[in-house]
Amino acid sequence: MTIAVEFTHVSRHYGNIKAVDDVTISVAEGEFFSMLGPSGSGKTTCLRLIAGFEQPTSGSIKIFGFDATNAPPYEREVNTVFQDYALFPHMNVLDNVAYGLIVKGVAKNECISRAERALEQVALADYGKRKPGELSGGQRQRVALARALVNKPRVLLLDEPLGALDLKLREQMQQELKTLHKQLGITFIYVTHDQSEALSMSDRVAVFNNGRIEQVDSPRNLYMRPKTSFVADFVGTSNIISGDLAQQITGSNQSFSIRPEHISIDSEQENTMKVTGQVVDIQYHGANSKIEVKVGKQALSMVLSNTEHTEAQLPKIGQSLVLYWPQSHMVMLEN
Amino acid sequence: MQSVISNPALRLFSNTLYRKNNLFLFLLLTPPLLWFGVVYLGSLFALLWQSFYTFDDFSMAVTNDLTLANYRVLFDSTNLDIILRTLTMAVAVTVACACIGFPIAYYMTRYGSVREKGFFYIAVMLPMWASYIVKTYAWTVILSQEGILYFIFKNLGLTGALESLLQLPIIGGNTLATSQLGRFIVFTYIWLPFMILPIQAALERVPTNLLQASADLGARPAQTFRKILFPLVFPGVVAGSIFTFSLTLGDYIIPQLIGPSGLYIGTMVYTMQGSIGNMPLAAAFTVVPIILIFLYLALAKRAGAFNAL
Amino acid sequence: MRFKSKSQSEKSPIWLKTLAYSGLVFLHFPIVFILINAFVAHDGNSTYFTLKWFSATLARDDVISAVLLSLKVATAATFLALIMGTMAAAALYRRNFFGKEAITTMLILPIALPGIITGIALLSAMSMLNIEPGFWTIVVSHATFCVVMIYNNVVARFRRMPHSLVEASMDLGADGSTTFRRIILPQLATALLAGGLLAFALSFDELIVTIFTAGHEVTLPIWLLNQLARPRDAAITNVVAMMVMLITALPIIAAYYLTRGTETIAGSSK
Repeated sequence: MTIAVEFTHVSRHYGNIKAVDDVTISVAEGEFFSMLGPSGSGKTTCLRLIAGFEQPTSGSIKIFGFDATNAPPYEREVNTVFQDYALFPHMNVLDNVAYGLIVKGVAKNECISRAERALEQVALADYGKRKPGELSGGQRQRVALARALVNKPRVLLLDEPLGALDLKLREQMQQELKTLHKQLGITFIYVTHDQSEALSMSDRVAVFNNGRIEQVDSPRNLYMRPKTSFVADFVGTSNIISGDLAQQITGSNQSFSIRPEHISIDSEQENTMKVTGQVVDIQYHGANSKIEVKVGKQALSMVLSNTEHTEAQLPKIGQSLVLYWPQSHMVMLEN
Repeated sequence: MQSVISNPALRLFSNTLYRKNNLFLFLLLTPPLLWFGVVYLGSLFALLWQSFYTFDDFSMAVTNDLTLANYRVLFDSTNLDIILRTLTMAVAVTVACACIGFPIAYYMTRYGSVREKGFFYIAVMLPMWASYIVKTYAWTVILSQEGILYFIFKNLGLTGALESLLQLPIIGGNTLATSQLGRFIVFTYIWLPFMILPIQAALERVPTNLLQASADLGARPAQTFRKILFPLVFPGVVAGSIFTFSLTLGDYIIPQLIGPSGLYIGTMVYTMQGSIGNMPLAAAFTVVPIILIFLYLALAKRAGAFNAL
Repeated sequence: MRFKSKSQSEKSPIWLKTLAYSGLVFLHFPIVFILINAFVAHDGNSTYFTLKWFSATLARDDVISAVLLSLKVATAATFLALIMGTMAAAALYRRNFFGKEAITTMLILPIALPGIITGIALLSAMSMLNIEPGFWTIVVSHATFCVVMIYNNVVARFRRMPHSLVEASMDLGADGSTTFRRIILPQLATALLAGGLLAFALSFDELIVTIFTAGHEVTLPIWLLNQLARPRDAAITNVVAMMVMLITALPIIAAYYLTRGTETIAGSSK
């Protein structure tokens, strides 16, 4: 297996601020690798370090074995799809897409034909003569994609490309990007703050917090076995029990996480853990209702399916409720 | 991934500049800084240095002996008169420009339709950029005794009124063109656009919903103007006044062409360095407007004018 | 006058409207006066419309050479100001470093301080260095305050240009010089043009500092100044005055429309 991008103890400091703090990752060739985290967590800085728009304060960056730590962006076999698309406003769509080929000295007619094919690939075949200002957000996004892909990069970097699109369009584009990734077989490195996006599209996800990586794992493992309370909280919703309550339930005060959907009000066989609390809030969420239960000083949330329970059958606010869950679904956390 | 267009030497240069961003910045800044530092600041410094030289009244020559005599002379009564005269005119012109310019800017911003706004903007900008000397020349013709103003006054039978106006002590003179009033009118005219545009910019920045809130809370239009609009626009007025004040303070052409004899700071400097050749005194005199303007700028900054520029 | 919001009431108080338009009349009547006089001649008691002053003016060698000199000076000064103003703008538009405010203040000084100070300062520097006043001293003095015109326009344009455009260009394989040529320069084009036009007009028109740095050279404004002592040539002077106004008015209007347009054009791709 070839390593496409390798970070070795990479840090990027701005004076006292550690935007990226000792990050080491290896992205395999052909992988769909996501970098997930809240704003300011360092994920975008890492992407910019790969692209070459920033230089690391320490550590080394290798792209397909070649030491790219100090190489400028125009010498890396990497192309970027920018968050604001960065289409050149004074050129039409075709010239935008062909730009990467033109500056590398490819023959004019070959530039045009390859650019036209790239536009076909993103379903914008007849838009060549238009200017970026005349396109919708979704269309500009596709042009940005075509402009990057026409250069046949070995790694494609995507910086929160779907952030500005509305929900339906976003879901559609997620599907298309996944299909594109399968077709092209190249490495995709994707930055997002939307954990459901990262989980649904990626082979592996790196969760960032405060410039450091908390966990790199497959989506399923991240969700089922979060290592730290940050990951447990950021990836999906979770109840994180710590301190006295944890002591009371498990006998040790190590924090653990239990997903709301694993909590039940039925005392079935595998539900070995049990607590009692008081219902403080009920929220209607279409398919489910979310019930918030106060246990001691902490609040746990659980979900009840609205297909299995009518409104009358749901617990009432103020009611005392016993909660059960299986021990196997509890995840002990590092911090 | 190599680009075949750039040649290797240029590419190496490009790469180095990309990495050493500060070096690139430094290279970019050096020519303009050199120019300004050497040409402009250097000559300013040379001028100020000259103000410490001695001017021998008998031989009419400048010697390198350093002295503070030139600055002491500034406090002589004649020279103080000059400074006071110029200062008074500068203040008067500023007030007049503010009074005339404010209604124009106010109407333009608050009541003008989109087309009217564009029209007013160009209508104010064009005279601003029209040649200073052309405008001054026009006024010498207009104010002259064969000129159009006298003509109008004669035909309206107001010659008597004009004569008595010219008899008034401070602003009068022999003719319109040689009266302080005439000089005052020309100054006001020439600097008026410089006052209008900052006021207009400041008015544009006042959100309409502030005025609506004031009305909603029960304030009558005059109160809203006095308590809300004017305080917010005042920095713009001060910003405009910076121009009218400093431009009047240093002008040496209009006082020579229009108005009674009596030196202004500008004409004093001009005469001193010209025929008389007393560069040291001229240099010392230029320090006066510099200091006055810096003082005015400091006051203006306190009033928030810099945000209105 | 009931105070209504602007959207409800387009009616302004009459006295305000009158004041505003009277102010405009005040601003323009001397200019109109000149324009009219350029086309008018007196013959005893009658006045008539004529174009003869124009041909008379064009026949005057001193006028022609003054016009040519002003044009040459303005072109050279604008060119120098374009280079230096753009360099300064490129260096200063993004970063905040120590001394940046001092540098921007210094760039504004030539326009902020009264012209006579700049004029005399340059003159005394020239005499100290034994430089003869002439064409190039005029150009240098003009370029010094034209830089600000260029700087303001270019900085404003730079600030509206998303930096991601430069990064995208480099990401696609273009190095610094190619990026400048293909991406940055086209973005700046209108700002450079607008700033250049303003600088040209400013230089063409300049008198206060030029008096000191011109020596024996006669630019058009200097020619006009000299004419003020000669009432006989009044008609020619009118025509020249009108010419000066036109030559400066056209670039100003053009620059205005150039900068107006770019505010509404989508500068970024979002």
